[in-house]
Amino acid sequence: MAYLSISGLRKTYGSPRGPVTALRGIDLEVNEGEFVSILGPSGCGKSTLLKCIAGLEGTSAGTIRVDGQVLAAPPKDMGIVFQRDVLLDWRTILDNVLITAEFAGLKGPAVRERALALLGRFGLGGFESRHPWELSGGMRQRAAICRALLCDPKLLLMDEPFGALDAMTRDDLNLELARIWQDTRKTVVFVTHGITEAIFLSDRVVIMDRNPGRIVEVIDIDLPRPRHLAMRESPEFGRYVARVRHLFASLGVLKDDAP
Amino acid sequence: MSGSGNSATQNSATETLDPPMPQRLPTSLVEVGMVVGLLIAVLVLWEAAVYVFKPAPIILPAPSVIWQEFLLSPGYFLQMSAFTLYTTLAGFGLAVVLGLALAVGIVHSKFIERTVYTLLVALNSVPKVALAPLFVIWMGTGVEPKIAIALMLALFSVVIDAVLGLRSVDPDMVNLARASRASSFAILRKIRFPNALPSIFAGLKVAISFALVGAIVGEFVAGSEGLGFAILTAQGQFDTPRVFVCLMLLGLLGTALFFVVEACERLLLPWHVSQRGGGGSGH
Ligand SMILES: Nc1ncnc2c1ncn2[C@@H]1O[C@H](COP(=O)(O)OP(=O)(O)OP(=O)(O)O)[C@@H](O)[C@H]1O
Ligand SMILES: [Mg+2]
Repeated sequence: MAYLSISGLRKTYGSPRGPVTALRGIDLEVNEGEFVSILGPSGCGKSTLLKCIAGLEGTSAGTIRVDGQVLAAPPKDMGIVFQRDVLLDWRTILDNVLITAEFAGLKGPAVRERALALLGRFGLGGFESRHPWELSGGMRQRAAICRALLCDPKLLLMDEPFGALDAMTRDDLNLELARIWQDTRKTVVFVTHGITEAIFLSDRVVIMDRNPGRIVEVIDIDLPRPRHLAMRESPEFGRYVARVRHLFASLGVLKDDAP
Repeated sequence: MSGSGNSATQNSATETLDPPMPQRLPTSLVEVGMVVGLLIAVLVLWEAAVYVFKPAPIILPAPSVIWQEFLLSPGYFLQMSAFTLYTTLAGFGLAVVLGLALAVGIVHSKFIERTVYTLLVALNSVPKVALAPLFVIWMGTGVEPKIAIALMLALFSVVIDAVLGLRSVDPDMVNLARASRASSFAILRKIRFPNALPSIFAGLKVAISFALVGAIVGEFVAGSEGLGFAILTAQGQFDTPRVFVCLMLLGLLGTALFFVVEACERLLLPWHVSQRGGGGSGH
């Protein structure tokens, strides 16, 4: 049975100008240890879907099961990275990372060691006693990822974690995330609007469209693991990119500039 | 690559970050110097004006006369100041404790918001000073009614700003805590409260001044001690220099209290935007 299973999910927001259907008819199964990306244009409900999976947003219809349990509140063993880093200005970077452990009632030198090791792994060694406003955007986002990983969650939800980063940092972090996934085999749901990034990281890419937000296709990515950045130049990789681009073009999301 | 890159950024960050700290002291010293200079200038002008225009001493005594009046019985004036200080601090302290508790209740319960908060806002438009005589009837002429009046005047700004601060939290900060299955008490303690501190301090700075007003009003209405009482007795004897001594002590007290609250703010909120050293920290 799938680790995460969503069936018939609908989400309608009430707004002053009437109800807005953000998601409709979402069916999706994610197996344990699988890396799934959700790819779609802005406003198609990617963040909404992730918040529903996280148990942070109520659903209008349908059910979500995590590890066999119908979701009523945020599930155990979940880590989440939001679209913005939401670091707390009054805490140092180390204390920001440690906050997930504090909420879980974990304290002591062992967690601290783990937090420091994670920060080191993400290139933030030496910055642990700085405050968030002293860090660049990319460093802040890396701290937010360390925070989500601290309690070694089985389910990792990420909402465009690299969306605001420059291409080089993005490559760096893509590689680091691929390595971590390779080592720990967490179940990951990764929201992005980067086609290359989605294909590079995932076992499957879920393509969404908007009005209303829905899944239009799920693409299996059969590329060998572990993956290297150079693979992005390979013909197979190119075929996947072309396929996704073609799909978006046919949906009218991407303008096709072919003659 | 990342290792050497980090140590390089770290070093340069240290260099650019350190200066703002030592810079702050001279800046504030210059500010204090300017304020003191201005005060001295006003006093000198005042002295000169009295020397030239010779108003009746009962209307406007010279600063030197006021100073001599203080030197006649410094013990009396300091005792009166101490009483007013005590009343103010007691009223302020109670207002902080009660105000923060009310604010937490208001933010967490729709019922308390609809009842207590609405009542509080409605009562705030009543001139609360007018209630002072009633407090004397209820509590007598000791220190209690004065503390109560100081509390009443200070409470509103504590509650309003604390509620504002507790409410204006980034929803994703709360989501972050909820995703880690945090209890609502943990969310209050670790997210909402620290996030509200800047706003709470804005309220405290207003509240401390109101508490002092409340203490003086209480002493005006009925009392046998404090600067407000001293002003009333001096007025009864047409002893204008004495009134001025009290007024100056009152000014000094108010300023000192305000700066103590501000110093606490600096101490507790080194992270807030308004407290960060100018320049250097951004990239
Ligand atoms: N709290 C809310 N109240 C009302 N409508 C909302 C709310 N949150 C999102 N929506 C609406 O739901 C739709 C999907 O929003 P969502 O944030 O999930 O999109 P997204 O795919 O994450 O977009 P982006 O890529 O820009 O982050 C949008 O039309 C948005 O206006
Ligand atoms: Mg989004």
